[in-house]
Amino acid sequence: MELLITIVSGLFLLVGSFLCLSGGVGIIRFPDFYTRMHAVGVTDTLGSVMILTGLMMQSSDLLVIAKLIMVLLLILLVGPTTSHVLAKAAFHNGLQPKGLSTENKHNNKESSSSNT
Amino acid sequence: MKHTISLFITLAAFWLLNSGHYSVLILSLGLASIALIIYIANKMDVVDQESQPLYLSRKIFGYYFWLIIEIIKANTTVVKHIWLGKKTISPTLKKIKVTQQTDMGKVIYANSITLTPGTVAIDINEDEILVHALIAEDLDSLEFGEMDRRVTSLEN
Repeated sequence: MELLITIVSGLFLLVGSFLCLSGGVGIIRFPDFYTRMHAVGVTDTLGSVMILTGLMMQSSDLLVIAKLIMVLLLILLVGPTTSHVLAKAAFHNGLQPKGLSTENKHNNKESSSSNT
Repeated sequence: MKHTISLFITLAAFWLLNSGHYSVLILSLGLASIALIIYIANKMDVVDQESQPLYLSRKIFGYYFWLIIEIIKANTTVVKHIWLGKKTISPTLKKIKVTQQTDMGKVIYANSITLTPGTVAIDINEDEILVHALIAEDLDSLEFGEMDRRVTSLEN
């Protein structure tokens, strides 16, 4: 049982680390600010969830598990808020997303000028 | 009154889980600080439906469970496109209609959109959210309205 828990928790930590690494690679590979933010989203959500779950399995102390859950909830609440604030600030200061694939490009320009 | 009780329970759980010492001195100090915070919060008039959304608590866990599965799906897509390279992505900017009436519902919806990797809520008006998506198909599934419908059913 002990061995099984160690193996499963190691797997969680490994997958979490891979997701965090992918987020970092995405920041380098993606072309502009907005798409890079999506790459960070991977590190933010599933990466941290996986690593914290792996750590929870390592511990038998309930207090430690409760604290890790609190860290998890904090990350899941703060992550989207900061990404939204970043994106909103960038958009309202006139940074246009690159490589848009749809036809509604000029619509967005109008809305950005009317909002500022 | 029930909002004050809910605030008390939340603060007490937070104190007990974070301290881990259960001597009389520490517990009475905790009680004193909780009482002080409840007094200040009442004076600031922030103990209400908005800060203690009790009416959500019946359905929110089912929604979170569904949201976690969506997050895992979205993560696999984004990681796949990270390693496939930037030629495979199709960044899109679009306005999505919202059907939620309350501010709380809109916040939950916009936060869920941002929490799912691949879509970020940039701006919110009366009944529209401006969403930037990494892949155009992600926006189609948002427009299809599964998440919107689930958040709206949370409201009442």
